[in-house]
Amino acid sequence: MSEKVTLIMFSDDMDKALAALNLAIGASSMGMEVSIFFTFWGLNLIKKNDGPTKSRGIMRKMLNFMNRGGSKRLKLSRFHMFGLGKWMIGKLMQDIKFPSPQELMMMAHQSGVKFIACTTSMGMMGLSKEAFIPEVDSYAGVATYLANAKEGRINLFI
Amino acid sequence: MKADATLDCVGLYCPMPIYNTASKLKELKPGQVLEVLASDEGIKADAPAWCQATGNELLGIEEKEGEYKVYIKKSK
Repeated sequence: MSEKVTLIMFSDDMDKALAALNLAIGASSMGMEVSIFFTFWGLNLIKKNDGPTKSRGIMRKMLNFMNRGGSKRLKLSRFHMFGLGKWMIGKLMQDIKFPSPQELMMMAHQSGVKFIACTTSMGMMGLSKEAFIPEVDSYAGVATYLANAKEGRINLFI
Repeated sequence: MKADATLDCVGLYCPMPIYNTASKLKELKPGQVLEVLASDEGIKADAPAWCQATGNELLGIEEKEGEYKVYIKKSK
């Protein structure tokens, strides 16, 4: 049985997402079985980039309006500067032919990394499966994560 | 060193060289040799680590003027 690597993607900062996806793609290229558990703000990585996110109730509607999400809209944890910093980092990444977060997500999916969405966060934020990209493999809770993590020696919270 | 296939990763940074190597090696048959061209210095440490983790054989790394040629023999 191959080694398991489990990542918890809690943050939706673009820089942290790059690090997490880099690890996931690297581990999968090394023949490891990789899963990413997207929870809380991390759900923004797997939200669809286009179309509205539907949710019920005024508070949830407000939250999802302010917290639109989608792998195109991630912000930097430092020097975001209303998007100027993100634009500059994007230019620097292009300069070294480094893939964008969207491209890394697709590469991870194609190399067999499993995407799991946290149903508790979805419930709290009022999000249904339609809000997410089709690459999400399963919708689950903490027991699924822990059962996977128990079998792995590399388990990271990002 | 003689290789059956060449993969150009010059100008690419981690994780692209190992990701591309893993993909390319799937096209080769066991016993065949892949030559990976790279410019990121990280490959010097990453190629041996990748080979050890995946069970492929690292035949050698040649370094010349900031460019690396990595030779990997597919084992299985």
